[in-house]
Amino acid sequence: MELGDLLLSLAIILGKSLLLLVALLVFIAYALLADRKIWAAVQLRRGPNVVGPWGLFQSFADLLKFVFKEPVIPAPANKGMFLLAPLLTCTLALAAWAVIPLNAGWAIANINVGVLYIFAISSLGVYGVIMGGWASNSKYAFLGALRSAAQMVSYEVSIGFVIVTVLMCAGTLNLSGIVEAQDTRFGILGWYWLPLLPMFVVFFVSALAETNRPPFDLSEAESELVAGYMVEYSSTPYLLYMLGEYVAIITMCALGTILFLGGWLSPIPFAPFTWVPGVIWFVIKASFLFFLFAMAKAMVPRYRYDQLMRLGWKVFLPLSLIMVIVVAGVLMAFRLAPGMQ
Amino acid sequence: MTVTAAFFYLFSTIAIASGFMVIASRNPVQSVLFLILAFVNAAGLFLMMGAEFLAMILVIVYVGAVAVLFLFVVMMLDVDFAELRQGFLQYLPIGALIGIVFLLELVLVIGTYVVDPHLIRATTAPIPAADVMTNTQAIGQVLYTRYFYFFQTAGLILLVAMIGAIVLTLRERTGVKRQDIAKQNARTQETAIEVRKVPFRQGV
Repeated sequence: MELGDLLLSLAIILGKSLLLLVALLVFIAYALLADRKIWAAVQLRRGPNVVGPWGLFQSFADLLKFVFKEPVIPAPANKGMFLLAPLLTCTLALAAWAVIPLNAGWAIANINVGVLYIFAISSLGVYGVIMGGWASNSKYAFLGALRSAAQMVSYEVSIGFVIVTVLMCAGTLNLSGIVEAQDTRFGILGWYWLPLLPMFVVFFVSALAETNRPPFDLSEAESELVAGYMVEYSSTPYLLYMLGEYVAIITMCALGTILFLGGWLSPIPFAPFTWVPGVIWFVIKASFLFFLFAMAKAMVPRYRYDQLMRLGWKVFLPLSLIMVIVVAGVLMAFRLAPGMQ
Repeated sequence: MTVTAAFFYLFSTIAIASGFMVIASRNPVQSVLFLILAFVNAAGLFLMMGAEFLAMILVIVYVGAVAVLFLFVVMMLDVDFAELRQGFLQYLPIGALIGIVFLLELVLVIGTYVVDPHLIRATTAPIPAADVMTNTQAIGQVLYTRYFYFFQTAGLILLVAMIGAIVLTLRERTGVKRQDIAKQNARTQETAIEVRKVPFRQGV
C-alpha cells in the first residue's frame, strides 16, 4: 500500500473515532444528568436545576470541578499503579465502542468476533477495580475491590451464556450480523427480546451487577465501605473512574440494544418509520434501557452480599445453562437454526 | 506489509519484555500484571495471524478469569519474595546445571525435528481458506463434528477436576451463623412477628 493511502485511511479512522468519542461523551454527560433527574423525580425532588436552564450544564460544571481540584495521592500508595488504574478503567470502557454499530455499516471496526471483543474488553474492566483497590494500600479500598471483582467475575459467566443463546439464534459473532438476523417482517415482535425473554431479563440484571449499579453496588456501599475501591481517589482520577463506570453502563445498554432490541432497526417495519435514520432508533432504544437502569437504581433496595452471590451462581447460572440447552434443542427440532431452513 | 511487520515487532517485543519482567520484578503483584501484559500481547500476535477467535478466547479466559484468580491469591498471601530469594547465589550452580541440561536436551530434540512430509499432505480435515469461512466457524466445525468425543471427554475431565477442587476445600464448620436463604424465604407474617397486647404502663 502507498504511504499516502495509509496515512489517509489512518486519518479517516482517527476522525471517526474522535467523532464517536465526542458524541459518546456528550451523550454520557446528559445520561448522567438524566440519571440524577429520574432518581430525583422518583423521590419527589427536583434534582440538579441550578447550572444552566433546567440544570442542563450540571455535568460540565461537575467535570470542571473535578479537573481543577488537587489530586490527593495517599503516602503509602503505589503511585504508578494508583494513577494507572482509573486510566485503565476509562480507556477499556471506551475501547469497547470500536465495534458497536450505531447504524448499518457505522461501526469503526466491523470485526468478525465483535461480541467476543466486547466480552473480552468488559472482562478486562475488573483490573481497573483490583489495581485501584490494591494500589490505594487501604483496608476499605482493598475490601471493596475484592467484593467488586468477585461480583464482576461471577456475573460475567451468566452474561456469557446469554450471549451464547443469542449467537445460536443469529448464527454469527458479528454485531452487525446479529442485528441483521433480527430484521424480519414482524418488526418489534421479531427481535430477540420476545423469543428469548427470560434471557433478556437475565442479561439486564447481570448487566446491573457487572457495572456495579444499584441494587448491586456493594463495591461502593457507602454506609459500610465508604466508597469501596474508590475511597482514596479524588479529583481527575476519581472522575476517570466515574466516567469509566458510566461508559460501561452505556456500553451495556448498547449491547442490550444490539442483542435483544434489534439495534438500528425500526420497530414498525414499513414506510414512514423506516425513513427515520437507524442511528436515531438506536439512541432511543439505548436510552430506554438506560431509563430502566436508572429506575432500578431508584426503586430497588441494595442486595446483601450473600444474596448477590447466590443469585449469580445458584439462580442465573443454572437458568442460563438450561436456556442454552432449550434454545439449542428448539432450534434443532424445528430446524430454525441459521443455515438450516 | 511494513505496517504488519511493525505491529508484529511491537507485540512480540512487549510480550518478551513483559515475560522477562514477570520473573524479574520484585513485587509479585507487578509480576502478575506483567504476565497479563504478556497474555494481551500474545492475543495481539494471534490477531495478526488471522486467528481472531483464539485471540479473544485467550483474553477472556486467561486475562479475564485465570489471571484475576492469580492476582487475588498473590494480593491476599502477602508473600515476601525478597526473603525467598535470599539463598539465590547458594543454589545458583545446581539450578544452572539443571537448566543447561534441559536446554541441551531441548536443542537436541527440536534442532533435528522435521514434520514428516507425508503427514503434511495427509491432513485429515482440509483447512478452509479464510474467505470461505471465518475461523470461528472452522474451529467449531472441527471441534463439534470430527473431535466431538475428545471435546466432550476434555469437558468431563474439567468437570471432575472442578468437583474434586470443591470437595477438597469444602468444610462444614459448626457454630458458624450463616444465612439460609430457603429458611428466610419460608418465613411468613405469622412465623416472623407476634402481635401482643401490651398493658399500659407495664410493658411486655
